Amino acid sequence: MARSSKYAAGCLLSVEDLSVGEVSAVLGLTARLEAMPKNERAEMLGGRRVALLFYESSTRTRTSFELAAKSLGATTTLVSDKSSSIEKGESLKDTGLTLRALGAECIILRHPASGAPFLLARETGLPVLNAGDGMHEHPSQALLDLRTILTRLGLDASRVDATSLRGITVVITGDILHSRVARSNAMLLPRLGAKVLLCGPERLLPGDALGLGEGVEIVREFDAALSRSQVAMMLRIQKERLAGLELDLGDYIARYQLNGERLAACAPEALVMHPGPMIRGLEIAGDVADGPNSAIEEQVSHGLAVRSALLVRAMGLGGFKSVTV
Amino acid sequence: MSDVLILNGRMIDPASGVDEARDVLLRDRRVAAVELPGALKSVAAAETIDAAGMIVAPGLVDVHVHLREPGQTYKETIATGTAAAAAGGFTAVVAMPNTVPVNDSVAGLEWMLDAARESVVKLFAMPAATVGSMGGELTDFAALCAVGAVGFTDDGKPVLEDHVMRAALVAAARAGVPVSQHAEDTRLTGGCSMNAGQVAFRLGLRGMTVEAEARIVERDIRLLREIEKAEGLRPHLHVQHVSTARAMDAIRDAKSQGLHVTCEVAPHHFALTEDAIADYDTRAKMNPPLRAEADRAAMVAALMDGTVDCIATDHAPHAAHEKEQEFERAPNGITGLETALGLALRVLHKGQGMSLARVMQLMSAAPAGIVKLEGRGTLGVGSVADIVVFDAAAAWNFDVARTRSKSRNSPFDGAAMLGRVMATVCEGQVVYRGSE
Repeated sequence: MARSSKYAAGCLLSVEDLSVGEVSAVLGLTARLEAMPKNERAEMLGGRRVALLFYESSTRTRTSFELAAKSLGATTTLVSDKSSSIEKGESLKDTGLTLRALGAECIILRHPASGAPFLLARETGLPVLNAGDGMHEHPSQALLDLRTILTRLGLDASRVDATSLRGITVVITGDILHSRVARSNAMLLPRLGAKVLLCGPERLLPGDALGLGEGVEIVREFDAALSRSQVAMMLRIQKERLAGLELDLGDYIARYQLNGERLAACAPEALVMHPGPMIRGLEIAGDVADGPNSAIEEQVSHGLAVRSALLVRAMGLGGFKSVTV
Repeated sequence: MSDVLILNGRMIDPASGVDEARDVLLRDRRVAAVELPGALKSVAAAETIDAAGMIVAPGLVDVHVHLREPGQTYKETIATGTAAAAAGGFTAVVAMPNTVPVNDSVAGLEWMLDAARESVVKLFAMPAATVGSMGGELTDFAALCAVGAVGFTDDGKPVLEDHVMRAALVAAARAGVPVSQHAEDTRLTGGCSMNAGQVAFRLGLRGMTVEAEARIVERDIRLLREIEKAEGLRPHLHVQHVSTARAMDAIRDAKSQGLHVTCEVAPHHFALTEDAIADYDTRAKMNPPLRAEADRAAMVAALMDGTVDCIATDHAPHAAHEKEQEFERAPNGITGLETALGLALRVLHKGQGMSLARVMQLMSAAPAGIVKLEGRGTLGVGSVADIVVFDAAAAWNFDVARTRSKSRNSPFDGAAMLGRVMATVCEGQVVYRGSE
């Protein structure tokens, strides 16, 4: 898209980097990689080097990117802020240049500062995959959520267009303000035809969220929002980003927790999703997380598959021209 | 000192109401003669500037610059910053006190104003209003004024406590100088790095609200009113870099009530909006931040309707490595001395139809008046020979690689400018000559 000249092809910094056609190509590539014999897949990125640069803790994202890279035959190296020269004050730019000098061909970055992947991509010229930047975006999460929704709703998960999710309403509930997952989903899903309802109290969901784009609506009352939805995404309250904000948790649970009773009353058929980490008993009740509506574990599996495709795309491999735009 | 003749130009001097062809003779640092074209042709001057097709105006005055010396000379020095000023048509600048150490003492102020700093244009300074700009104890206003302070400010920070700001306004009123306030309620802006609103939400950045600026302006105006009533003094509040419609409305209102409030607007606040941040471009990060279009339009309207007293750049150089950081970590500020005139002419003169005389008023006579620079901001006979000669019709593009500043943190690299400085004369000395 418009950013291309400043950034290497294959970067994924924001879901806005991807046209609907490119989203479709990533899903197609994901399906092809999944269908590929294991030994063939293991040669896709043979001899290639991928660096994982993590300034924040992570279980799912880090592990799935790492396993994805390894399953494609790439060599991976993990650099975290806790055990590197970052602790000594080395800048993001210099850390990136160092990784490039060591032969990294792609950097997967998680960082607490919104926009950090843009800086890294500009300064290194390498393809950078945004694995979550501050309160900004988590584009690979939105893509894996999309694949999960398509699969569970029985739709074609290997291609999409602007109407694929027509008639589908997704409610995202909780700490929208601090959530990069919410932003990426709210900016991606409407472009495929979905309606996105954002739900939460004013302090966690300011009216400015409407600026995320067309097809996004704010609904304060959870039951009302849930009743309209086929998909319910729940979000954790991000204590680490609350910055002095105080919440009455009892009141929050009463109004916004997704529990069995509420699900049965408002949307008994709804698909339940959570990007993790989840706090059982707070935003989601344990029985719902483990129940038949839940796609939470499938989300994790789709993460592995989608991230494999993003790595192949980042490396600009031949034979996948449609994704190396 | 050798004579300088400026011939064939169109003189615009709002202070004396002149806007027509005039030749000017500069002698002994003063304007010695202003005559109809041809009348001075028998004078044999050491240097002659042919200003045919050009505007000849009082040198520009900037009441808000950061020259980083002492203490941060890797960003800028007084010599490099004032060289940039000269290239931008400025002949007098007022240095802010947030140097290292803070300029809060007589010794510090004297050091800054010493000839050994090699200022290219006339340097003035506003020392800190409080010791160390810590917001507590007032500095010695009388002693600092005796060695040249033209006002007081804790710029970069506001004077937050009511009683301290009140005391500062009273002391400044007694000294006959303004208190220049950076209006930001920092209790509301912790962790914020841009304007609050939909763009900040989408970028995942914490935003500074309009309220954080307006609350301090409204509080300061209330203090002015109280002091006038209780003390019989008439304090002068100067509001720095106004960026929001709400704060501007408060200033307009206070002026209509006869309070002594002046204000400045920075070129970036009338030329750009928060959209310039785009993909986290730290060159578009400053404080106060770029605002929404409605606020930008309100700044333009206030410049047009006379509410705004002057344009000031808030020239704030930073080294490349400081701006090459995560957006939230990068320091606030942009350079501005070489782009101010080009933006004012493009956006206000060409874009809005503001007269050249009003542009000169905003950039010279009025700022000189705010800080009471004797004999500056005008070209009457006997005034200080500070002059800018520029081609008001020249369209060009700013190239930051050619800046005289030590730093290159400008969001206007490559941007269209209107009006090119051909010569800058400070106290009778030609301190800058443009090419072409």
